[in-house]
Amino acid sequence: MLAFVAVSANAQDTTGQRGVRIGLTYSPGTKPGVVVLPVSGVGGDSLQAIIARDLDFGDRIEVIDGSQVQQPASGAATPSYAIWKSMGAAALVQVTLTPSFARVAVHDVTAKKVAQSRDFPLAADVGSASWRMDVHGISDEVERWVTGVRGVAGTRILYVRGGRVYVVDSDGFGEHAITSSGTAMAPAWHPDGHHIAYSVLGSNGWNIEVLDLANRGSRAVTATSGGLNTTPAFSPDGQWLVYAHGGENGTDIYAVPAFTGGAARRVTLGRGTDNVSPTFSPDGRRIAFTSGRSGHPEVYTADFDGANMELLTPFNFGDQNYRSNPDWSPDGRSIVFQSQLDGLFQIMTINLRDRSIKQLTSEGANEDPSWAPDGRHVVFTSSRTGVKQLFVLDTESGRARQLTHGSGSRLSAWSRYLDRAP
Amino acid sequence: MTGKTRVAPALLLAIAAMAACGKKPETAPAPEPPPVNQDSIDAARARADSIARAEAARRDSIARAQAEADRIRAEHQAALATLTAPIYFEYDSDALSSEASASLDAKLGILNANPDARIRIAGNTDERGSDEYNLALGQRRAAQAKRYLTQRGIADSRIDIISYGEERPAADGHDESAWSQNRRDEFEISGGGQQLKAAR
Repeated sequence: MLAFVAVSANAQDTTGQRGVRIGLTYSPGTKPGVVVLPVSGVGGDSLQAIIARDLDFGDRIEVIDGSQVQQPASGAATPSYAIWKSMGAAALVQVTLTPSFARVAVHDVTAKKVAQSRDFPLAADVGSASWRMDVHGISDEVERWVTGVRGVAGTRILYVRGGRVYVVDSDGFGEHAITSSGTAMAPAWHPDGHHIAYSVLGSNGWNIEVLDLANRGSRAVTATSGGLNTTPAFSPDGQWLVYAHGGENGTDIYAVPAFTGGAARRVTLGRGTDNVSPTFSPDGRRIAFTSGRSGHPEVYTADFDGANMELLTPFNFGDQNYRSNPDWSPDGRSIVFQSQLDGLFQIMTINLRDRSIKQLTSEGANEDPSWAPDGRHVVFTSSRTGVKQLFVLDTESGRARQLTHGSGSRLSAWSRYLDRAP
Repeated sequence: MTGKTRVAPALLLAIAAMAACGKKPETAPAPEPPPVNQDSIDAARARADSIARAEAARRDSIARAQAEADRIRAEHQAALATLTAPIYFEYDSDALSSEASASLDAKLGILNANPDARIRIAGNTDERGSDEYNLALGQRRAAQAKRYLTQRGIADSRIDIISYGEERPAADGHDESAWSQNRRDEFEISGGGQQLKAAR
């Protein structure tokens, strides 16, 4: 139905099967140009700005500023395709607000017609957290229509600052504390997006708590109470919680049912060494974790029951390098981790098929990476501004943006999709 | 205490006697001075001397008690300093150096001399490693010190351990001089031990 330009093998979009591409002009190494047209009505300006920024942050689209172009009122007339084409636009995003929803149309400039259109729910209170999340949901679907890959604007990021767990929207807005006081570490999302787990310091040591974001009710995981309990991670099906438990003979990884309680099952046999920071493969069958069993920290993988363990990160015997904090990519193909170079941590990925390693950062110290659900963006802690802040990195282009501005932000965890879009 | 109560009545008598002597109403004609009674003067002197001796003895006993209290306090302070002296570690290691072992041996003596004292060992790391891994490393450092003490006879229940990882540095700064002070176990009294005795 549309003019389809074949995408060559080395085009940026390597996941065409995942979404339904609408076949806009999309040359290798070139991002499609998109104009977000002005939006009439209450909150229209904000909505237009948020969608344009989301598409820009997605790093798959070139957002074209159309503000200098004389335009008919949104929805009132057919856009002047010729003008937009001359500006390099492949698609136009046109949003029409009604009292209860937003009608979103994406125009194919080359084909001179609407390529996709849908009505999206939109919270009534303009500017509220749920309204913003609804707008992010629109952005993510527009990105999928244009590039074939869903955006990640409709997500949030957990992190720690000043001993409290915070959450912030993917675009840096809506930042607020979740835990009230005390010393918390290592927050993690449940895949349902409604629960989180973290480690909190008490009088008898560190304990894991699971918190319901809706009512802020928290529940302590008591299967291994006392001593050290930290670095929780939920299984992809949400049924299991794995975490590191340390007593007086090293720290090992344990698994407990996420919500029903019950006895803890030991996953690793560290024999007095430290085994922490577990992360699940997307199919839930394997975990990756940090272990000091070789004498210094390295990243290992094992089956969820602890069998078939293997060293993932290569090291030279006797060296003092330090590799830790793995996070398994949502597509299952690679693991992001931190590796010490010249005394500073840098973010790296390792391809699980050929074990090739790619260094992603070099400025300042960079730690604690966590994948976005698109398997392309990574959030991490960086000291590049002089204090620890969260940054988002596009692993394809190397483009980075600062997410937080409150000093001492660290230990970030990126959610799955949280918006209402399909 | 008992000395003081014995002294008091004699003191009152002496004061009463002196007050009676000094009283001279102006309107009344001067009475004949009473005949000097040498016996009563001697008795008063003897009483005054005995009061002075008792007072000196009291001061001595207070001084002795003070000295003993000072000694006990000094002994407690010295024992506390020994017991709570931090021990230090190499980078990414929980191995006990000879200095750390010597410090633990000294603590062992204090713990043996004070069977009611309980301690908490807090493991800490420098800032360089992973925040998360460092919690486990701190736990291992605290466990290492506890194991040293329990293997030498200290009851397991008298020592609990906790890790603060790199969350509670003792020294600020981002160089080895700060890091070496932060890779440590700290020791604190968690029960008993209000008046520690020196190692025997």
